[in-house]
Amino acid sequence: MPEQKTVATTGNSVVAEAFRQCAPDVVPAYPITPQTTIVEEFAKFVAQGRVHAEYVPVESEHSAMSACVGASAAGARVMTATSSQGLALMWEELHIASGMRLPIVMANANRALSAPINIHCDHSDVMGARDTGWVMLFAETAQEAYDNTIMSIPIAEDPEVLLPVMTCLDGFITTHSIDRVQLMDDESVSAFVGEYKPVNALLDLDNPVSHGSFAGLGGPYFEFKRSQREAIDRSKAVVERVGAAFSELSGRPFGLIETDMMDDAEVAVVVIGSTAGNVRHVAKQLRAEGVKAGLVKVRCFRPFPYAELAAALAGVKAVAVLDRAESFGAEGGPLYLETRSALYDAEHRPAVVNYVYGLGGSDVKLELIRSVFTDLSDIATGTPALHGPVYLGAR
Amino acid sequence: MATLRELSHREDRLEGGHRLCAGCGASIAVRQILLGAGTDPAIAGCATGCLEVSTTIYPYSSWKVPFIHNAFENSAATISGVEAAFKGLKRAGKIPADKKVKFVAFGGDGGTYDIGLQSLSGAMERGHDMVYVCYDNGAYMNTGIQRSSATPKGAWATTSEVGKAQQGKQQRRKDLTSIIAAHGVPYVAQGSISHWKDLTSKAEKAFAVDGPAFLNVLATCPRGWRSAYNKSVEHAKLGVQTAYWPLFEVEEGEWKLSSPSKALIKAGRKPIEEFLKPQGRFRHLLQPGNEELLSEVQADIDAYWEYLLKRCGEL
Repeated sequence: MPEQKTVATTGNSVVAEAFRQCAPDVVPAYPITPQTTIVEEFAKFVAQGRVHAEYVPVESEHSAMSACVGASAAGARVMTATSSQGLALMWEELHIASGMRLPIVMANANRALSAPINIHCDHSDVMGARDTGWVMLFAETAQEAYDNTIMSIPIAEDPEVLLPVMTCLDGFITTHSIDRVQLMDDESVSAFVGEYKPVNALLDLDNPVSHGSFAGLGGPYFEFKRSQREAIDRSKAVVERVGAAFSELSGRPFGLIETDMMDDAEVAVVVIGSTAGNVRHVAKQLRAEGVKAGLVKVRCFRPFPYAELAAALAGVKAVAVLDRAESFGAEGGPLYLETRSALYDAEHRPAVVNYVYGLGGSDVKLELIRSVFTDLSDIATGTPALHGPVYLGAR
Repeated sequence: MATLRELSHREDRLEGGHRLCAGCGASIAVRQILLGAGTDPAIAGCATGCLEVSTTIYPYSSWKVPFIHNAFENSAATISGVEAAFKGLKRAGKIPADKKVKFVAFGGDGGTYDIGLQSLSGAMERGHDMVYVCYDNGAYMNTGIQRSSATPKGAWATTSEVGKAQQGKQQRRKDLTSIIAAHGVPYVAQGSISHWKDLTSKAEKAFAVDGPAFLNVLATCPRGWRSAYNKSVEHAKLGVQTAYWPLFEVEEGEWKLSSPSKALIKAGRKPIEEFLKPQGRFRHLLQPGNEELLSEVQADIDAYWEYLLKRCGEL
């Protein structure tokens, strides 16, 4: 295992560091809160001559992803970062990036969407992009944001995958808080991500190709979409394989999901991102009080680990799914819908309740998490389960 | 500048057999411009539109150069990304430092004047070494002849209809060429498919400059213009002769009227009716009752001509 350097810094700073270590050829970027310091720090690396990347300071996020598509199709390793309204503005291009099978890696600082305008953390932006065909990894901590960013490159560029990867970290909570992070040395990262060998590159001038052709009017559009589905299905094994290799290198475990105190859990919370820390803390307290509480954290949202989640929740009496995003008009938030779906084939389906929490950076206090576990204990002992998403802590 | 003999020996980089209409000006523009690009390798991008859908019907492609279509509004940003990849990969040592490649983006007027204006402006300002070509046929022809900000005043279009309350498009055209010239890029020009020599030499200049260049090209659309498909080049020529579409260039900030237009100073411009008459989209303008609107159209042409002569130091 290579020696690692421990630093105290922000999530954004280590994502920028991971970008530098992954040695992209092109970084088109546009600033948006709270992603801004990622592209600022990378711009500093450019000014210092520490990277070879061509930095394209585009005039919008739409152009950022458009330039990513052009550069990736040309045969370059391409990385960018965005957030919130920026991701929303890219929406059209997100589909084109995945449809053209371009292994672009993008960090997203998870943030609420307007209206009303709000700059703080939630998952509305990324959950709005969940059907765009990107592989989606989520970080709880700055360490995971760093690790996920590095892992994203070999996942995206795997010949069996060739899909864009979004590496998500919670706005402000993870992007701006100072955290303890272990950094790999440049050589180890460089060897881990390897050299990019593009296929069908525009700059392969001796073998001209046309990208983005017209497949309508009875053309093979439908079949292209099926091959995209097959690719993201295949990506699951690749995410696991890359995760296992990185775990070996770094000594830090990686799974599609992370379970904590789940072996004998009777009540469990399923969550994504930084709130897993709050849940873990409360679950530990409750364990000391004799409550069999547990935590399941989802690290890979696309492809979604249905079987793994169902297995983790087997034997649990009551499950709470915490959603930091809405799916207005649906039965609950996006993670709730997936969890319910994962449990459909389970032998003993536990009660599953949904809490929408923390929208627009609304505080996720420990007593709120405790109240969720209290609800679960009540349900486990016979109280009827709540229906519809509960707005946790809304005034 | 390349001679006709030289041009005739260059490979056509847009192959025939595509599905554009007979008489389409877009493919003529592309072929002339790619001829002007010389013999260096080129990579082309194209905005969503007739040119794109008709030349890349999977699994076929008419493009003999590497080609990318991304979406409607971002042909400029997309090619800027391709050009950035070229620079980044050169710096990485994966492409020889002395390798030369030309980058060109095409878009119609809808994809350039309207929805793609921001993407174009950004790419021009950032200084990418690329040529952006707008083939201006004056409406959203691919979606069914809807008005754009390039549609001439008074023209019929399916979203600027002719009826009792309104006689076609109410507004003037946007002067995009001046807008791009105001970006201070090294080379900006207006050309027409009717003047191949002028257009190929402008393309040659555009590709030769180090930095962004912009070409705005008048390209007939017989479907949208409601004109005879076998007279497309002639109709574009009338655009030049009436000064609906003056030919000029802006080289390093220096405005210069091109010779076919400069000749009109002495020879005189044809009245705008000559451009309008063969086109069904203007039929109502030439009918009794619309004399005032017609004179407004002519007055706008006169005013722009005067503006241009001033800018070119001819007045």
